[in-house]
Amino acid sequence: MGSILPNKLREHSLQRKGFRRVASSASPRDYRELAAVFVGGALGTVARTGLSLLATADAARWPWPTFTVNIVGAFMLGYFTTRLLERLPLSSYRRPLLGTGVCGGLTTFSTMQVETLKMIEHHHYGLAIGYTCASIVLGLLAVHLASALVRRAAVR
Amino acid sequence: MIWVGVILAGGVGAVLRFLLDGAVARRAAKSLPFAGLPFGTLAVNISGAAVLGFLGALTLDRYAALLAGTAFVGSYTTFSTWMLETQRLSEERQVRNAVANIVASVVLGIGAALVGQWAGSLL
Repeated sequence: MGSILPNKLREHSLQRKGFRRVASSASPRDYRELAAVFVGGALGTVARTGLSLLATADAARWPWPTFTVNIVGAFMLGYFTTRLLERLPLSSYRRPLLGTGVCGGLTTFSTMQVETLKMIEHHHYGLAIGYTCASIVLGLLAVHLASALVRRAAVR
Repeated sequence: MIWVGVILAGGVGAVLRFLLDGAVARRAAKSLPFAGLPFGTLAVNISGAAVLGFLGALTLDRYAALLAGTAFVGSYTTFSTWMLETQRLSEERQVRNAVANIVASVVLGIGAALVGQWAGSLL
């Protein structure tokens, strides 16, 4: 018992930081967990797809729909992950539903990369670099701010 | 009616991402160099960028492109998890891994989209 305790503690601390999934996702397969991911993913995708219909794809213009959902989704994931893993009792379904599902479905990497590729192909190099850098800097900032917000609120 | 398709495509895309991410992350943790890099998310995002590039090169009608590209592949890949994992790496003072995760994702992502587009144009 004494020898496995440090490992367990380390695993728990990794889980709290969002690096490890809760052990329930190993085997046997938890179908309710998959259902939570499905429902959350569908919700996020409907929101993102609806927003994408508001603007026509144009390699010469800033892709506001993708940019907006990505930054908002990064903020939400930072908030949910920090709150669920560091502040609330571990739950098997909130993280798959809200994090993996809603935030994962709401945000997209592939669309961002194809949009950037189109900008490069149409020789809008400044736009391509600006879009990539702004997405990454603001995305990281959004996660940082959301995490700091949860941690500060919990101190009081 | 198209929204039923969007719901199904988005749900399935998210479940596939969850399963592949988990499978890759479990294997990569032991075997690959750069231990600590989130290879699961990287694998999902790079493969998704290739598929979306491929789909873009095909002449799909508007609804097929919306369902397969925007809804399905869009949901399969994720920006938020990429950002969260990178921010947590830098928080843990693994700055080298955080930078590697950004550079690898951007370079391989654009490259994969380009290769996918090229493969689609051959059809």
